[in-house]
Amino acid sequence: MSDVAIQTHELGKSYALGVKSAGYGTLREAIVEAAQRPFKRGGKGDGKRKGDTLWALQDLSLTISSGEVVGLIGHNGAGKSTLLKILSRITEPSTGYADVTGRVGSLLEVGTGFHPELTGRENIFLNGAILGMRKAEIRTRFDEIVEFAEMERFLDTPVKRYSSGMSVRLAFAVAAHLEPEILLVDEVLAVGDAAFQRKSLGKMNEVAKEGRTVVFVSHNLAIIQALCTRGILLERGEVKTDAPITGAIDSYLRTLESAASDDLLERTDRDSRAYDETLVRRLEIHDASGGHPNVVVAGRPATITVDVTEHLPTMECQLTIVNSLGQPVCTLDSEMSAPVDVREAEPGTRLECHVESLPLLPGRYRIDVIVKAKRHIQDGLQAAALFDVEPGMVGNRPIAAEAEGDVVLPHSWRLPA
Amino acid sequence: MLRDLEPVTPAPETIRLQPTRGFSRVLAPRELWRYRDLAGQIALRDITVRYRQTALGGAWAVLQPIGFMVVFSLIFGNVAGIASNGLPYPLFSLSALVPWTFFSTALLLGSDSLVSNSALVSKIYFPRIFMPAGVIVAGFVDLAISFVILMIIVLAWGYAPSLAILAVPLLVAIAAAAALGVTSALSAINVRYRDVRYVVPFAIQMWLFISPVVYPSSQISEPWRTLSAINPMVGVVEGFRWATLGTGNAPWDLIGISALSALVILAAGLAYFDRVERAFADFV
Repeated sequence: MSDVAIQTHELGKSYALGVKSAGYGTLREAIVEAAQRPFKRGGKGDGKRKGDTLWALQDLSLTISSGEVVGLIGHNGAGKSTLLKILSRITEPSTGYADVTGRVGSLLEVGTGFHPELTGRENIFLNGAILGMRKAEIRTRFDEIVEFAEMERFLDTPVKRYSSGMSVRLAFAVAAHLEPEILLVDEVLAVGDAAFQRKSLGKMNEVAKEGRTVVFVSHNLAIIQALCTRGILLERGEVKTDAPITGAIDSYLRTLESAASDDLLERTDRDSRAYDETLVRRLEIHDASGGHPNVVVAGRPATITVDVTEHLPTMECQLTIVNSLGQPVCTLDSEMSAPVDVREAEPGTRLECHVESLPLLPGRYRIDVIVKAKRHIQDGLQAAALFDVEPGMVGNRPIAAEAEGDVVLPHSWRLPA
Repeated sequence: MLRDLEPVTPAPETIRLQPTRGFSRVLAPRELWRYRDLAGQIALRDITVRYRQTALGGAWAVLQPIGFMVVFSLIFGNVAGIASNGLPYPLFSLSALVPWTFFSTALLLGSDSLVSNSALVSKIYFPRIFMPAGVIVAGFVDLAISFVILMIIVLAWGYAPSLAILAVPLLVAIAAAAALGVTSALSAINVRYRDVRYVVPFAIQMWLFISPVVYPSSQISEPWRTLSAINPMVGVVEGFRWATLGTGNAPWDLIGISALSALVILAAGLAYFDRVERAFADFV
């Protein structure tokens, strides 16, 4: 049974850059443009210059067999979501084609189809229909869905009175009981409490084992590794690596490394929400004793320095330390101000974050950064730096060689009488 | 029961996704049929949500035309003394306001339907025409309620509708076709240019006065009276008056022109919608 489920041939998708950043145009612009059009040469409609076009996907030729569970990985803006959007028919490709065999179900964001005024019961039917289920199908699976979501009691309550956890559970339950031949999933497991996440993951595993084709996008490499057999690494809209999942993840980690060592101003995979009035130029973590940047010792003081291009008033910085499998370990956020913070009257273009005793287990980590000012995200970069933690002492205690997890806590033991 | 339990798994078919040109979706009946359950669910949602958490609920469907009737009767009937074909002015205006309210509400809500559902449009594939169409289908419920109230008032006033009342479904169809044509075009333009939001309320008010709601079209001299029926609401409004009050001559000339005009508007609106539909998700 190695029928082809998805085959793409030189698939490409371009966006006109000007329009994308403006969100939507006004009639005036259209009228002005229409008035100017006779003076510009070029075909009808798409008269944009080449330089104004962003190719989110380019010449993508892939074959995915039925029953394969494929993980799509890559930086922000590498084209993962665009590919899923084309495969789920939300948007059309600009060039090439994709042949899709079988019913496609897409889980691009949990609960998008929910209407707050409708009750849980009404939303199950609405959302099921939105995901492509027939009414009869929803009816036969209704009890299963309700049971999976664990919310019999709230079925006739409007969804707007649900906690966010509850609506996510219900939405996932509906989606998980959809039975398409091809399932496209975008970053939906990062929701709900830990117990529900485990349950959702189990359900996904089940779906994968039933022989359905799954294309999965997540930043959480641990989940990808657990679920997928094949990995496709996208970079700037093209396939960089197509290999068994561990190979693809290794390749991705290597690209993170090279990206982090490049000049950060040359990175193009920046946060799409950013206002770009100031950009992160350099980010490093230093051990208190000096030495190589980005090599630190567990349990010792460390300083993370963020250099930006411009000083802006009300500048804040959020750093997230992420482990090598893409799972966030902790967030350091200057917005949560504390009395020990120091702010000079005329600060420059550097932000510093001090950690008194680095509570991380030895290994490789990365730092994602978001700089905010004037109530907007000004810049955001994933993997702005990669660093290695070397073994050390935490709370005057050596670190156990077989320690599990990412963090180590300073602690002490007593044997009371 | 057994039929319900049969697995709904048609043989897998291959769909080719590629850049398209010309008409592809709105005029593809197979595609619309495949998503018929969703069409029903969206219309049901629009109906259910319309008056949820309002104190008066479905009464709003009636209050709006009744309110206008009272104001119009005072101002245009009494103060301005506009002719009403010998009919009591309240009846004269209410019989026109019932289809007019259906039409104007459809325009107002329908033209915003794609933008207000942008989360759906940018995340999930379905034939987009269901959004404006769902608004219009939901409007039928309001129309039915206000129609019943209109008939009660007509009967209470001592008028008995004739067989002409059988023309009502045809008139509603003309109004719905025109509304779908206009809203599909406006909702599509709204995706790119939010100017539509500001134009629509203003345009609806203008449209009210170029339709014979507060005045009879008999006040207009020929050939302008006949020509004015290019506005589909002329035939609908005059037709409604004749059909529900059971008086006067059948304005078949107006209804005929308006029906043709509504079909042209519908075809043009859907054609425009179809051409731009493929790019909605990139702009909304």
